[in-house]
Amino acid sequence: MFAEFGYGVLLVSLIVAIYSGISAVYGAKNKSAAMVESARRAMLLTFPLISIAAATLIYLLVNNHYEVAFVYEVTSRSMPTYLKVTAWWGGQAGSLVFWSWLLAVFTSAVTLRKWDRDIEFLPWVILVSAVTLTFFLGMSVFFENPFTRFWLVGGNVEPSMFAPANATVFTPQDGQGLNPLLRHPGMVIHPPMLYLGFVSYVIPYAFAMAALITGRTDDRWIRITRRWSLWAWLFLSFGLVLGGRWAYDVLGWGGYWGWDPVEIAAFMPWLTGTAFLHSVMIQEKRGLLKQWNMILVILTYALVIFGTFLTRSGVLSSVHAFANSPIGPFFMGFVSLTFITSIALVIWRWPQLQAETEMKSMLSREALFLLNNLLFMSILVVCFWGVIFPLISELFTGSKVTVGPPFYERATAPLFSSLLFLMAIAPLSAWGHSTLETLGKAIWKSAAAALVVTVVLYITYTQNIGALVGFFLVALVLFATLNEFWRGARARQKTQDENFFTSLTRLMGRNRRRYGGYIIHISMALMAIGILGIEIFQKETQGTLAAGEQLDISGYTIQYRELASWNDQGAGVNYTRAIVDVYENGVYLGQLNPRIDYYFDSQQNMTIPGQRSTLRDDLYILLVDWQPVSTIGATFKIYVNPLVNWLWIGSLLFLAGVIFAAWPDQDPAEESARRTVARDNRQTSAAD
Amino acid sequence: MNKRKLQVTNFWLLGFAFALVLAGLFTVTVFAQDDMPTDDEVNAIAKELYCPVCENTPLDVCPTEACRQWRELIRKQLSEGMTEDQIKDYFVANYGARVLAEPPRTGLNWLVYILPPLIILLGAFFLFRSFREWTRPKVAETGAGAERSGTSSPAKDDYVDRLEEELKNRK
Repeated sequence: MFAEFGYGVLLVSLIVAIYSGISAVYGAKNKSAAMVESARRAMLLTFPLISIAAATLIYLLVNNHYEVAFVYEVTSRSMPTYLKVTAWWGGQAGSLVFWSWLLAVFTSAVTLRKWDRDIEFLPWVILVSAVTLTFFLGMSVFFENPFTRFWLVGGNVEPSMFAPANATVFTPQDGQGLNPLLRHPGMVIHPPMLYLGFVSYVIPYAFAMAALITGRTDDRWIRITRRWSLWAWLFLSFGLVLGGRWAYDVLGWGGYWGWDPVEIAAFMPWLTGTAFLHSVMIQEKRGLLKQWNMILVILTYALVIFGTFLTRSGVLSSVHAFANSPIGPFFMGFVSLTFITSIALVIWRWPQLQAETEMKSMLSREALFLLNNLLFMSILVVCFWGVIFPLISELFTGSKVTVGPPFYERATAPLFSSLLFLMAIAPLSAWGHSTLETLGKAIWKSAAAALVVTVVLYITYTQNIGALVGFFLVALVLFATLNEFWRGARARQKTQDENFFTSLTRLMGRNRRRYGGYIIHISMALMAIGILGIEIFQKETQGTLAAGEQLDISGYTIQYRELASWNDQGAGVNYTRAIVDVYENGVYLGQLNPRIDYYFDSQQNMTIPGQRSTLRDDLYILLVDWQPVSTIGATFKIYVNPLVNWLWIGSLLFLAGVIFAAWPDQDPAEESARRTVARDNRQTSAAD
Repeated sequence: MNKRKLQVTNFWLLGFAFALVLAGLFTVTVFAQDDMPTDDEVNAIAKELYCPVCENTPLDVCPTEACRQWRELIRKQLSEGMTEDQIKDYFVANYGARVLAEPPRTGLNWLVYILPPLIILLGAFFLFRSFREWTRPKVAETGAGAERSGTSSPAKDDYVDRLEEELKNRK
């Protein structure tokens, strides 16, 4: 009964979404405010509707309705209730409903804003959202229905939404249970974060399309969606970081990022999103790059859909799996259709998207931002081609190839280094015009300090050239950016008669985006320290130890003490846990407990490392194998990951920086007053 | 009589067991002398190979039983004196080019290495051409009048003015 109800509600949501799109276009074409209002309300209605469908699905998940195929695939009786709820996005069918639900949330939020001056955008924003929503709901209704049940037909079990002739519902005793890897807290929130990022990029795209269709191609659409883009970027970035942390904690290979196509699928929209975040500033400040910003937001949207497609269609495992899965061609068709239509719109409006001013100097900030865009696009090209090439190879030659980390690392290392360099100098350049002399004057102290740091590192830490270049760039970014805070606060202090810290906080408070951006730059430099550390200096060793035996690595000594294995019937898990003593240069540091958890329901292992984490390095011990008869010996794999903690510290600072930049300003009245005063002859608005 | 037969059997069994243990000890010493490749030596090669059955998993960290056996195969091949390249060739011959971390540089595969730098260079070329187009002729035509807010003169490094102005002009 519940399954039919849920499916019925999904179907109604789909019809409402289609109606919303059609009446929006009709209303806009016939200048009928009533029709547009009707479309708006229909769009608002999709939120409660999809919420009801989702609630039904969660009800089925929590109450062990294993006759529903999706419930059977992702839950089992031994799973705690909260995991049964989060299993909602643990499988394909459920995660597509999750996507639709988030989109309904965001679209509802955006249609509820005050439209006053932007009312011409409204129908088109609704249209773009409705088309996207229709696509995802259609996928759920026609191809990946989460409410499909098992039926017993003449001794065979068949999955189907509706009862086949002479069939009775078949309810398995227990479900297969969620993949244990997905039961980790990091994995519980990693997909929603990524999806939040993915889905929130639909909104800037919808406004961009509305701007193109209405011909109102000034930077209004950018101003309206600025906070959306920033939050979208925050969610996407945080989703990526959480994914990395999760990989580090449960995948058991001592790393955080493996250049896996699924990871890259989420990384690609981040690249265009980051480029977009920078280049919109050029349009706002200088009226340049309007065409390019359109292309960037279109690319981001396409890559969001493409990313969902890559991870969901099975195309990555094989081109043939793609051809056989019904959703593959459907996805591909949608990506192509929206992409071609959007680009056609840009070409149609090309003349209206001309620059208002000219680029003056190759060293101006806008020019450096363009270089930044070129670098992000280059990384995108490398990633896109690396993901796509195995498919092309399989298609044309029939042989599968792997494009793995060495390819990406070699290709992107110089690009990332150049980005670091730009990150150091671009904030020092002026809008409009800079010369080598002014730039040199602004950077030389930071460069000298960075050089000193590099020399010290050369003497005390490493002679590796790549690492030294990396550390120099990191130091340059840190000094140059901190110096910006210092110079700004000192300058203000002189004119305002405040103490340094008041000056600093007021300065930052008055330009959240700028100083939030600087905080993000600092966090990126810290993350780069962690990445350099683990990429260049990671050490590993593996060995089989009898009780009391030792392994040495980078000054650490690991001594195997004992191993125990026991069942937790309630949780449906068998734990095998080793106890090892850790010494550093003979000094006892403590115990670590690497373990392997075996989940009965899904018959899968999960390798949980024993970790000892310091700012200098992480000791990361994996239990690889043990002798089953008695606990005489066990095999351990040990990694020493220098500096990797800076990656996580940088991530936290990053989060703080984005929130600082995106946080709504406290006093809108004061804000708008200042804006009216501002010597700016362009149309602006306080609404944001 | 039965008892005696049993004793004889026991004796022989004991002798056989003893021989086995001796043989065992002997083989262990033989292996020790042969220097069985260590896990680290095996992993160094397995790291560069990809699991032939799982998606995108390096062989050194793949937890499946099949991969464990492949790692043992590498150990055996190493102990037989095969070089790293020979082992890789063996895996490619048996499981296809997908076991390599990167496509071999042959035929169509060259595309994977050539296309990205080509596109990037093309992008850079267009960007710099546009730069020159933007910067060269128009500066003379338009002058300062068309400047939007936020521009400043580089000649005097008026940092405070510039900062204040940028702060004011932010939207």
